[in-house]
Amino acid sequence: MKQILEFEKPIVNLKQKIAELKEITKDSDMDLSEEIQTLENRLSLLEDDIYGNLRPWDKVLMARHQERPTTLDYVPHIFEDFIEFHGDRLYGDDPAIVAGLAYYKGQPVTIVGHQRGKDTKDNIHRNFGMPHPEGYRKALRHMQQADKFGRPIICFIDTKGAYPGKAAEERGQSEAIARNLMEMSGFKVPIICIVIGEGGSGGALALGVGDELIMLENSTYSVISPEGAAALLWKDSGRAQEAAETMKITAVDLKELGIVDRIIPELKGGAHRSIQEQAVRIDGVLEKALSGLAGLDADTLLERRWQKYKQIGAYRETQIAGD
Amino acid sequence: MLDFFGKKKKYATIPGEQQKLDVPEGLMMKCSGCHKIFYRKEMKKQLYVCPNCGHHHPLGAWERIASLFDEGSFTEWDKDLQSANPLNFPDYEEKLEKDRKKTDLNEAVVTGKGSIEGHPTAFAVMDARFRMASMGSVVGEKIARAIEQAKEEGIPFIVFAASGGARMQEGMLSLMQMTKTSMAIKRFSDAGGLMISVMTYPTTGGVSASFASLGDYNFAEPGALIGFAGRRIIEQTIREKLPKDFQTAEFMLKHGHLDQVINRHDMKKTLCLLLAFHAKGGVQA
Repeated sequence: MKQILEFEKPIVNLKQKIAELKEITKDSDMDLSEEIQTLENRLSLLEDDIYGNLRPWDKVLMARHQERPTTLDYVPHIFEDFIEFHGDRLYGDDPAIVAGLAYYKGQPVTIVGHQRGKDTKDNIHRNFGMPHPEGYRKALRHMQQADKFGRPIICFIDTKGAYPGKAAEERGQSEAIARNLMEMSGFKVPIICIVIGEGGSGGALALGVGDELIMLENSTYSVISPEGAAALLWKDSGRAQEAAETMKITAVDLKELGIVDRIIPELKGGAHRSIQEQAVRIDGVLEKALSGLAGLDADTLLERRWQKYKQIGAYRETQIAGD
Repeated sequence: MLDFFGKKKKYATIPGEQQKLDVPEGLMMKCSGCHKIFYRKEMKKQLYVCPNCGHHHPLGAWERIASLFDEGSFTEWDKDLQSANPLNFPDYEEKLEKDRKKTDLNEAVVTGKGSIEGHPTAFAVMDARFRMASMGSVVGEKIARAIEQAKEEGIPFIVFAASGGARMQEGMLSLMQMTKTSMAIKRFSDAGGLMISVMTYPTTGGVSASFASLGDYNFAEPGALIGFAGRRIIEQTIREKLPKDFQTAEFMLKHGHLDQVINRHDMKKTLCLLLAFHAKGGVQA
């Protein structure tokens, strides 16, 4: 059985009812086609209503959906001839981040992305998509190569966060993230970052410095998980739904705050309904984003990138009385 | 550094819990390291480094500036920048106002320019008494502007980091300050600027994962808590008790993340040496 999210229950119930009616008509002479038609119309409206009005918390659930497509799910549908490469040349290879080369519409590009597992065993192998420093350093190594060879960089962001573990701290989780932020700031090639699932704080940001930040409609990007925020701010992790609203973590909210540049619409019911169709939508937006940057010389690109981040923030600049 | 042990008799200590209660508020101060009690005035003179055990207590931004920079040499930058409440977060403004009153600061960082033994230097000094020096828009903006100004004037930049991490009440705007400050450092570094980072208690989360780790030289004060994730979260995740020295400055030094751990009393001397090394600029003909 597919995972059903709380807010989807009315849809599932109605679908069940329709299925039952269809079952009945199959075994008898009763003609219920009119009733079925009415219900199917109602279903369509209900789906539009529910999926068109997802609350921030619903989107959190969507972003965490078991079947939510991952980086490696999308890559073959958007790119050609992807080859994955491993290792940070310092410590090891982190399966929570994938990196490699591919063609995008004939143009060589470097791809880096968080990688969650598809089932429990895979998730253990991938550490649930939560990277260690070697993951970020592997990503950095590939991005440095992209910079050297003049290839655009495409980053897929999909992590609950950098792994909070003992070994990660020992090996310099902070430094690894910080280094990526600094180095990505200076790469003379276009960088497009796409949040496809959860964007969890610094662990997401370490693949998230670029010329365009793009989010899938039902993805989230936050400084702390809604549960964490609720626990920290109200000492009650049960108020996660409320925190999800307050913290402004959805694509729409972040576009309003001037952080996100573009939103990729999702299929009705979420990206997992069809990886292939969702990939088409990602492709369309990615192409636009890249073509907007094509032809910019390195200085212009870097100045544009600096201006983009420089203006993010909210503050007042006024003389304070009595100062 | 441990020769303070010999001097300890010079200071009045008041033993016993009973007597402690009779001491007027603020006159005495108990060391958080060895729990001995000292005159606050004496502690202040020692820059809040315990004369008995060497424990480094938090130092206010202005006290730190006064301890390092030549008298009368410093000017403050962007002092009027104040946090807004972009997410309309409940109680945020009240909390800011309370901390403004408590600390006499407008935000958790003081930036500006001064000279250390005649070496002109831009600085950013964070003050953990203000919202745990978490990084919101103002902290990020002030630090980025200070770095840009240092680049403009061709002078070094020194940051004294102290922070609990990102400012939750500003949501993603606070996370983006990590990028803004790191990008400013990249621009400064590419222009040949010298950046020195000194991590003090505590340097964690988004600040340790951005500008604080990006110095050409990274230092820390003894015993400073430095790390990305919080101890409790790590313990819950890996289901084991962490060693006592985990995420201390000494731990970070051992694991190769710091150039040195520097006693507060030696800070000015060390910074001065380093500034002198770089004063002539890069390659000489």
